[in-house]
Amino acid sequence: MSAASHDAHDAHDHGHDHHDGGAAHGTLKDYVIGFVLAVILTAIPFWLVMADVLPTHQMTAVAVMGLAAIQVVVHMIYFLHMNPRSEGGWTMLALVFTLIVVVIALAGSLWVMHNLDTHMMAPMPHDMRQAP
Amino acid sequence: MSPDLVKTIFGRLTWDAIPFHEPILLGTFAMVALGGITVLAALTYFKVWGYLWREWLTSVDHKKIGVMYIILAIIMLLRGFADALMMRAQQALAFGDAAGYLPPHHYDQVFTAHGVIMIFFVAMPLITGLMNLVVPLQIGARDVAFPFLNNFSFWMTVGGAVTVMLSLFVGEFARTGWLAYPPLSNLAYSPDVGVDYYIWSLQIAGVGTTLSGINLIVTIVKMRAPGMSLMKMPVFTWTSLCSNVLIVASFPILTAVLALLTADRYLHTNFFTNDFGGNPMMYVNLIWIWGHPEVYILVLPAFGVFSEVVSTFCSKRLFGYSSMVYATVVITILSYLVWLHHFFTMGSGASVNSFFGITTMIISIPTGAKIFNWLFTMYRGRIRFEVPMLWTVGFMVTFVIGGMTGVLLAVPPADFVLHNSLFLIAHFHNVIIGGVVFGMFAGIVYWFPKAFGFKLDPFWGKVSFWFWQIGFFFAFMPLYVLGLMGVTRRVSHFEDPSLQIWFVIAAFGAVLILIGIIAFILQMVVGFMKREQYADVTGDPWGGRTLEWSTSSPPPAYNFAFTPVIHEIDAWHDMKQRGYERPTNGFIPIHMPKNTGAGVVMAGISIVLGFAMIWHIWWLAVISFAALIVSAIVHTFNFKRDYYIPAEEVVRIEDARTEALRSLA
Repeated sequence: MSAASHDAHDAHDHGHDHHDGGAAHGTLKDYVIGFVLAVILTAIPFWLVMADVLPTHQMTAVAVMGLAAIQVVVHMIYFLHMNPRSEGGWTMLALVFTLIVVVIALAGSLWVMHNLDTHMMAPMPHDMRQAP
Repeated sequence: MSPDLVKTIFGRLTWDAIPFHEPILLGTFAMVALGGITVLAALTYFKVWGYLWREWLTSVDHKKIGVMYIILAIIMLLRGFADALMMRAQQALAFGDAAGYLPPHHYDQVFTAHGVIMIFFVAMPLITGLMNLVVPLQIGARDVAFPFLNNFSFWMTVGGAVTVMLSLFVGEFARTGWLAYPPLSNLAYSPDVGVDYYIWSLQIAGVGTTLSGINLIVTIVKMRAPGMSLMKMPVFTWTSLCSNVLIVASFPILTAVLALLTADRYLHTNFFTNDFGGNPMMYVNLIWIWGHPEVYILVLPAFGVFSEVVSTFCSKRLFGYSSMVYATVVITILSYLVWLHHFFTMGSGASVNSFFGITTMIISIPTGAKIFNWLFTMYRGRIRFEVPMLWTVGFMVTFVIGGMTGVLLAVPPADFVLHNSLFLIAHFHNVIIGGVVFGMFAGIVYWFPKAFGFKLDPFWGKVSFWFWQIGFFFAFMPLYVLGLMGVTRRVSHFEDPSLQIWFVIAAFGAVLILIGIIAFILQMVVGFMKREQYADVTGDPWGGRTLEWSTSSPPPAYNFAFTPVIHEIDAWHDMKQRGYERPTNGFIPIHMPKNTGAGVVMAGISIVLGFAMIWHIWWLAVISFAALIVSAIVHTFNFKRDYYIPAEEVVRIEDARTEALRSLA
C-alpha cells in the first residue's frame, strides 16, 4: 500500500523540488489506539440513550454532541495524523481557520435564529408543551 | 404503452415540457440550434475535432483550461446579457395598459436565470479562468498541483452551465429569484421542474468550483518557486489564495443548504417549510453565510488584477504591498461576519442588526485602504493609459460609488427603507460590474498577449471600455433614483406612468453596454486578424514586473525550462534590473502530466444524472450515478498519467525563442 501511494505521489510531482515535510504516516499502534477510542466514544452515546442514564433528554443531547466533538479530535490526531508541525504548520493554520469559520457560522446562526424567534414568533403550542 | 410505463420511463418529462407555445423561446431555440449546427458543421468541415479533443478538451494544461473557462464565461455572458436586455425592454414598455411582451411567469424565469448565470457561470468562470491561467506562471510552477482535477473541475462547471441552458428548451427555469428562497422554492409553491434545474445545475457546478479551490490553494502553498516566501508573492497570487480559501470554506455551506432544500422537495422533509416545525428563515440565514463570502470570492481576484495592472502601467512598485496583503486577509476573515446585512428586515432585534451593520461598515476600511494604495501607486508614476489601465481607473471611480451606497445600505434603518428596492439592485450591479467585471476585463486584456502571443486591438478595447463605462451609468443611476422613490425589484409591470422615463433611460444604458460587449469581442477578432502587427515576441509586452512575463508568449507547455529563483517581490523586475541572462543550454527532460478524457466523460455523466433527477427518471438516475462512480474508479487505474518532454524538444523550443529574441535585438 505504501509503495503504491508513493508511486501516485511521484506521478503528481512533475519536475518540482520534493518538499518532504509532509504529514507522518501512522503506525499500526496509532491506528489501533484511534480505533479503540473511536469505538468507545461511539459506544458511550448509545449507552446514554438506550439506558436513559442522564436525568433529562437535553443533558443527553449535550453529552452526545460533546462526545462527538471529542471523536472529531481523535480522528484528526490518529487517522489524519495532524499535529502542529505537519506540512510546515499549514495543517494547524487550516484547522484554526476552519474552527473560526465553523464557530462563526454555528454561534452566529444560533444567535440570529434565536433572536429572530423571540422577536417574531408568538408563543406556540409547541413552546407551551415545554413550559413547566 | 400504458401511462404507468410511460411515467416509469420518462418520469415527469412529457411533450408539454417543450415550449412549442412560447414563440420567444421557440425563436431562441431555432437561433441556438441553427448557430450550434453551423459551429458543429464548421468544426467537422475543417476537421478540427481531433485537434480540439487532443489539444483542448482533454488538456490538463492550466493555461488551456484557464482559456476554456474564460470562453465559457464569455458565451454565458451573452446569454445572461440577453436576459438583461429582455428585462430592461419589458420594464421600459410595460406601463399602464401596456402589458409588455413577457408574461409574468416568463419574466420571473428571466430574472432568476440572469442572476444565476451572471454569478455562477460568468463571474465564477472568469475568476477561476484567470487564476488558472496566471497563478502557476506567477509562482514559477509548471502546472497546478492536481492537473487532472483541474480539467475535471472545468468540465463540471460546463456541466452546470449546460444544465441551466437545457432548462430553456426542456421544461422551465426557477421563478424564485437567484437564491431560490423557500417557502416559494418549496414543493408547495414551485411544484414544477424550475427549482430542480436550479438545484442540480448549482450542485454540479459547485463540485467543480470547490475542487478547483482546493487545487489552487495547494498549488500556491506547495509549488512556489524557491525563494518566493509568502510576503514575496505577487498580489494577484495573494488575492487568489484568499479567494480560494473562501471558496473552500463557504461552498460546502451552499452545497449543504441546497441538499436540505433537495430533501424538502424530493423526500418531503420539512427543513424549510412553513409547517411541521420547518423554518424558511434558516435557509435565508444559511445561504447568506455562503453568499456573502461569495461576493468577496469574486471581487478579491479583481483587486489582485488591479494591483498588477496599476504597478505595471505606472512603472512603479505597488504602494504598500504589505498593507495590501493584510487588507486582503482582513477582508477574508471579515467577509464571514457580515452575512446578516442581506436580511436586516427579516425580524432580528436591534442588537443583532447593529452588530452586523457595524461589521459591514468595518469592511469598508480595508477596502478603502486598497483604493488609497492604488491611488498612491499612480501618484507620480509614469502612467500609460493602455486599455487595462483604463478599466482600472474606471473601476476606481465606479467602485467607490458602489462602495458608498453599500455603506449606506449597511445602516439598518436605511436598509429598512431601501431593502428589496431597485436601489439595492443598482448598488450590487455597481460593485459587481464596477469591481468584478471591469477587473476581469482588465485582466483579460492585460494577460491576453501572455496566453496567445499577440495583443488585443487597442481601438476596439477603448471603444468597449467607454461604452461599458458610460452605459453602466446610464443603466444603473436611474435605478438608484427609482429605488429611492420606493420601486421594488422583480416587477414586470408598473402603473405609475411618471416612472417610465427612468426605465427608458436604463434601457438605453443597457443598449450602450451591448455595444460595449460587441466591441469587447471585436477587439479579439480584430486583434486576431492583425496578430502579425500586434505580435509579442519578447514575452514582456507591457514592461511587466512579475514572473509570468519572464517566459515566452504563449509560454511553452512546461512554462519554465528552469525553475526561477526568487529574491524580490517583483521578481521579474528584479531579474531585469540585475541583468538576467536567459539560460540557453543545459536543458533536461521535463516531467509533465498527460491529457485525459476522464473529466469530459464524468461531467457528461453528471449532466445525465442531473437531468434524470430533475425529471424524476429514477432508472436513469440510478444507472448514471453508478456509471459516475465506476468511471471515477476506472480513472484511478489509469497509470499512464505522466510523460517526459524529451530534452531535444526543450532545446528546440528554447532555441526557437533565443532566435526570435535575437532577431528582435
